[in-house]
Parts: sequence; C-alpha cells; structure tokens
Amino acid sequence: MNENTNNKWVWIGAAVLLVALCVLPFLVKNFRVFQFNMVMIYAIAVLGLNILTGFNGQISLGHGAFYAIGAYVAAILMDKAGVPYWATLPFSAVICFVVGYLMGFPALRLGGHYLALATFALALAIPQMLKYKGIEEWTGGVQGIVLNKPEAPFELSVLGQPLSADRWLYFYILLVTAIMFLIAWRLLRGRVGRALVAIRDHPIAASAMGVNLPVYKSLTFGVSAAFTGVAGALSATAVAFVSPDSFTSFLSITFLVGVVVGGLASIPGAIAGAIFIQFVPNIADEISKSAPWAIYGIFLILLMYLMPTGVAGLISKIYSRLRGGPAAASAGRSVASAVSQPVGGSQS
Amino acid sequence: MEALLHQIFAGIANGGIYASVGLALVMIHQATHHINFAQGEMATFSTFIAWWLIQNGWPYWGAFFFTVAISFALGLLIQRTVLKPVEKAPVLTNVIVFVGLLVIFNALAGWIFDHTIKSFPTPFPKGSLIDTQFFSSHEIGSILVMLCVLGALYAFFRFTPLGLAMRAAAQNPESARLVGVRVSWMLGMGWGLAAAIGAVAGMMIAPIVFLDPNMMGGILLYGFAAALLGGIDNPWGAVIGGFIVGILENLLGAYVIGTELKLTVALILIVGTLTLKPDGLFGKAVVTRV
Amino acid sequence: MPELLEVKGLKASYGPTQVLFDIDFTLSQGQITTILGANGAGKTTTLRAVCQAVKTSGSVLFDGQQVVGKSTESVVRMGVAQVPDGRGTFTALSVEENLRLGAYVRKDKAEVAIDMEKAYARFPRLKERRNQQAGTLSGGEQQMLAISRALMLRPRMLLLDEPSFGLAPLIVAEIFRILRRINEEEKVSMLLVEQNANLALGLAHHAYLLETGRIVISGPSETIKNDETVRKVYLGY
Repeated sequence: MNENTNNKWVWIGAAVLLVALCVLPFLVKNFRVFQFNMVMIYAIAVLGLNILTGFNGQISLGHGAFYAIGAYVAAILMDKAGVPYWATLPFSAVICFVVGYLMGFPALRLGGHYLALATFALALAIPQMLKYKGIEEWTGGVQGIVLNKPEAPFELSVLGQPLSADRWLYFYILLVTAIMFLIAWRLLRGRVGRALVAIRDHPIAASAMGVNLPVYKSLTFGVSAAFTGVAGALSATAVAFVSPDSFTSFLSITFLVGVVVGGLASIPGAIAGAIFIQFVPNIADEISKSAPWAIYGIFLILLMYLMPTGVAGLISKIYSRLRGGPAAASAGRSVASAVSQPVGGSQS
Repeated sequence: MEALLHQIFAGIANGGIYASVGLALVMIHQATHHINFAQGEMATFSTFIAWWLIQNGWPYWGAFFFTVAISFALGLLIQRTVLKPVEKAPVLTNVIVFVGLLVIFNALAGWIFDHTIKSFPTPFPKGSLIDTQFFSSHEIGSILVMLCVLGALYAFFRFTPLGLAMRAAAQNPESARLVGVRVSWMLGMGWGLAAAIGAVAGMMIAPIVFLDPNMMGGILLYGFAAALLGGIDNPWGAVIGGFIVGILENLLGAYVIGTELKLTVALILIVGTLTLKPDGLFGKAVVTRV
Repeated sequence: MPELLEVKGLKASYGPTQVLFDIDFTLSQGQITTILGANGAGKTTTLRAVCQAVKTSGSVLFDGQQVVGKSTESVVRMGVAQVPDGRGTFTALSVEENLRLGAYVRKDKAEVAIDMEKAYARFPRLKERRNQQAGTLSGGEQQMLAISRALMLRPRMLLLDEPSFGLAPLIVAEIFRILRRINEEEKVSMLLVEQNANLALGLAHHAYLLETGRIVISGPSETIKNDETVRKVYLGY
C-alpha cells in the first residue's frame, strides 16, 4: 500500500514540475528565458565533464575545446550547408565523440596533473587554432560566424506573452536536456557506471577483474566529449554566434567550476553547477569587470576546503540526516568517499 | 642564411624565457609532485608590480629586485596558507586549488592594474653597447639575465646548506625531518623561488609582447613544453628543453606553419612528449607503484 | 640521577588503528637499551613515537623535557638522531652530502669538519666513496652511512631501527662492534630496536620485549639472555 502511495506522489510531483517548466518561459522576460537556455546548455556541458572527471577520475581542463568544436560544427553546417538547427546535433555529437575518443589514447598513459596539463594545453591552443587563416573560409576567422535564431514554427500566446525565438528554443533545449540526462542516467546507473567508478578508484584492481581499461577510458572520453559537444551545438543556435574568443581557456575552467560546485559524480549536481556558472558572474559583474573571476577563484578554493563534495554532497548529507536510515547515510558516504579517493591513474 | 640564423638566435632568446618558466615548474614539481598551473598568472602579476613601481619613479633595477623579493615572499606565503591545508589531498583537489589561484591572480591583475595593454621598459635599450646584428640588445640582455638566474640557482642548490636541505626535503621528506630539516618551510621556499623566477621571466618577456593580464597564457604553455621535454624532474632538462622549444617555435613558425599556430606547436610538443616519451629527453622513469 | 629517556603510558596510533598500548620504558645515560619483538610488534612505531613522527599520547621525557606534541624537527634539535629502518639514505645525493645533512642543525663549523673526518676514519669505505651517489652503495655501506649521518648530529641519544636488516652476518658483526665502540668511547646512549635478539642482547645493557604493542618482559640483557624459558617462548632460540 505504501509503495503505491509513494509512487502516486512521485508521479504527481513530476507532473507539477513539468507544468511549471512549461509555463515558466511565459512568466519572465525574453532575456531571462535566454539565460535559462544557457543554464540548460551549461548543464549538459557540465554533465559531460562530470562523466569524465567526476565518475571516471580523468581530469580535463580542456572541455571548452569540445564545446567549441561542437559549436563550430553546428555553425558551419547551418551557415554553409543549410542544415536545420535540430539536425546539427548528431553531427556535433559524433565528431566530438571521435575527437574525444582519440584524445583518450594519449590520456591513457597520463594520470592526475599530466592529463590536466595536456587538456589545459588544448584549451589554451584552441582559440588560436580557430583563428587560423588557412581555414578561415569555413570558420569565419577572427570574426566568427553570425547565425539566425530560428523562429517558432507556429504562433502561440500564453499569459499574454508570445512564443518568441528564445521561448521556442527553450522548449527545444529542454527536450534535448531531458534526453541527454536520461541517457547519462541509464549509462551511469548500471554496470557501466560501476565500472567507471571502479576504474577511477582502483584502476589496477578493476583491470585485474576484467574491466578493459583502455577501452573504457577512451570510450568515456568520447562520450564525455560528445555530451559537451552537443551543448556546444545547442549554444550555436541559442546564441546565434560563434567566435574564437568565446572559447578561451576560461571556458574550460568555468565548466570545471560547474562540476565542483554541483558535486563530483552527481548527475543532478550538474544543474546546480550550471545555475551557479550562469548567474554568479552576472551578479559579480556589477562590482567590477574582473571580479567574477576573483569570486570564482576564491570560491573554488574555499569549496575544496569546506565542501569538497559540492552541492550534491551537501544535500546528500542533509538528506541522510533527515532520513536517518543506513541506506541514505551510505549513499552520502559513497559520494564523500568518492571525492576523498585519489583521483587519476598514477603519481604518488 | 642570415634570416635562418636570426630565427635561431631569436629562438634562443625566447628559449631562455621558456627555460626559466620551465625551471620554475620543475622546482615546484620536484618538491611537491604538483604542477603549478598558476605559475604564469603569478609571473604576470609580479610584472605588473614592477611596472607600477617604475611608473611611480623607481629606477629599473630597484624595481626589478624589489619585485623579485616580493614575489618570493608571495610564493612562500601562498604555499604556507593556501596550499598547506590541501597538501595531502587528492590530485583533483590540488588541481582545482591551483586553477583557483590562476583565476584569482588573473582577475586581481585586471582589477588593480586594468586591462589596457602597457609597455614595459627594458634595461637593455636599442643602440646600447651590446646591440649586435643578430641579436637585439634586449635579447642578449635577457639571455644574460636568465643565465645569471640559472647560475645563481645552481650555486645555491649545490653549495649552500639551505640548498642542500631543500634538495633533501624534496627527495626524501621523512629522512629530511630526521636530520632536523623543516620540510614544510622548504616547500614554502620552493614556491617562493619558483615565484621569483617567474617574476624575472615576466619582466624579461614584457618588453617584447607588452604587458596585459593575459600575457603569460601562451608562455606558460611553452614553459610546460620545456619542462616536459627535459623531463619533469630534471632542472637542467627544463633549461635545455626551453631552448629547444624556443628554437623549434621560431623555425616552425617562420618556415612551416606560420606564426599563427605557434600555440598548436606547443600543444603538439606537449601531447607528443607525454605520449611518446613521458620521461622527457633527460628525465628518470616515473614508476607507478601498485 | 634522572634517566635520559623516560617513557610512560605511551600510546600510538596510525589513524584509527592503535598500535602501542600504554608502554613504559627508560634509557639511562651512557647505556644501550634494546627493544625486541617480532614483526608487527610495534618496534618501529616506538622509535617513531619518540621522534614524534606518529600520533602519540602519554609521556615521553627526554632529559626531563616533554617531547609529546613537538615536531620531529624540534626533537632532532634536542639532540636525538635516528638511523631509520631501511637506512633512509638520500640516494640521489653524494655520500659527503648525506653526512653534511646529518650536521644540518649544528652551527659549529670547525667541529663539524672534525666529526666528518672521524666518520671517514671509522668507516674508510665511506671515504673512498665520498663523492659517489649514495644510492650506488651496497647495503652494508649504506648502513654505515646512515649511522655516520646520525652521529654527525653529535646526538645525546641515538635511535637505531633494525640495523641488521638485510645485511650479511659479517657486516652486521662489524657494525655492532663499531656501535659498541661508539657507545664506550664517545658515551653515546642508544635505543636499539632489533628483530635479531641474539645480536641485540649481546650489545645492549638492558632489554624490553614488545609483543603486539605491549611490553611483556624487561630486565638486564644478561638475565634475559640466560633465561631459557624467555628465550624459547619469546625469542625463538
């Protein structure tokens, strides 16, 4: 009897949430809707990085590169080949998957800082590569590519607000986000997820138990890159503009901030992280042009001291305190212990 | 032929700077087994301090040495305060803290000194005694300065008790404690030295590329490449690696790829070294214990 | 006369695992005391506790001063030198650099130079290899180096952790002979931790037997050596 009641409440809660999400864009101004769109896009990007760094322990300081590749692939397809915006996603996903998978190979031999170093190098080099005159015909060089935001395919008015381009994109992005999170959830919950965490925490033991390390690690890199690439492709549509200077090394750092704030190895944490990286700079921007980064930096360091398990870990701890059960407590503990284990392959 | 020679010499001149950044990275890695991602931004910040002093009437060399001293103190302070709590934490935690420092220094530089590009004076102006056909006087001057720094460091580590203690602390902290070496302070001093070296590198590169908060981003990459190429635990390797990187960068940029993809060269060097020869050209094998 | 080293109620833990349970022992000035025990008994931990290299509680009085709570570096400065297990050599540094490090905390340069010559006189093999990398020395030579390095401090108390470990019997005999000479001539007090009970009892004046973190027997080494029951049950010979 209890389970049925519980299930009923979950369904009701989900329905309420769904209605709220659908009404939301009509309650606020266009610009705010755009910001919500960016939150969802960042959530996918952060989720991608989390798969690699949080679940699998491979530190990437260069995920901005995959975001950029995804964005440029989408932009070039839309601009030069007239591909409709919704069809660009698979292309970005596949290309980023391949690039990520290939990057997985040198990464196999690198642990800890060396991988962070190599990916950081990638992040630093990407803007220059995008500006390269040799491929300017495709990439638009320094100026980048300007695109048109797709208009809604039909007229609609809710609560007095029209279905603008941003609002239409909101629903499109919401759908994609839901799909991506579902894919991640299915991937990481089962055997695959356990294998990833095993590789992160005890690589040699995992290998000895038959987990094919090189394949898993490279695949993880590929999948992680694909996720962030999809986010990049969405951003090309949502922002309607790509340029090399939008994808500096600071973007990669931003994603890492999102992972850390949201919580390592936490799927819902990606949303918390995305909200943080979208809105905190706006608030801090009012203080000084440089301040957002100083805030980020201080916050990162403080987080590492005080709350290494991020928002997700904090909520988990609170939840286990309220629930009081051993299952809840151990769930919290597993996240906490995940963070306190040495991350990455080697290095004493 | 002359053009080729000039490219090589320019490469050597730049190489000296990459060598210093690489050296700073190796020093910190030797002592702490961590890579200081904030090295570039700290160096830029130091250079801004020097700039500000000079703007306020300080003579060049006065500002130079004061900046070096302050950078040393700053590096020491950061290790003792920010890094000590996470000394034993996992790699990811440390990487994030370094990234945090990187970001803070970059933001502080922009906030305090603003983002306009500034020119930075050189103590070796054109037309001075050492100006030659192949090298500008600044290029010769900065190579000389770098060699002095490297020589001083070598002498320090080889011949002074404190240098010996630092080497001991980096190699075997437990035994070092048993002879009374204050290992934690040695770590701090390692950071201080690295910060000081970075400051010198910054002040030598600023006259060439002009001073702004993002000055060292690309140079840090070359410093990484230099350190890796030479073997991440080998100070001499970093020096030689720096010169190799400098020459390669210039030659490839002039004759093969064009100057726009120089950072890609660094990237390929880094990934290539890590993949093909992770110990670098001169390093010892890094063995992972099961 | 108060003892040089007085340990009371010493407890030590590695994280949540307690290894020493309330042990008491003393070392008198000018004497050699040995702590015996099997593998895992807690012998090395005891020495580390004296040097404050492990979490301890209880009382450790060196020359009347409380040591618990100090840093290892401060304990060293009080005149305590340790020859760690596994030698603890700075393998990448030269023999001479290792010796210089032993005297790191001393300010009397002239005396340090004299001590360095004494070390070379005592172990001519080290003098032959003075500029060689310490890691290339044989096990026995590294042990000589480790002892010499500790003596460079001119310590009031020398802690030795399993000096016989992994060495050929002839070398071990030589080393123990030299240790006795050092104790007799230079009056250096020693706390010796050993698995090889026979050797240790031959050198020490006083002995303690440690079994899983507790002292089970103590007494003059002569008595213990001659007690057949103790020998058979605890020392295995």
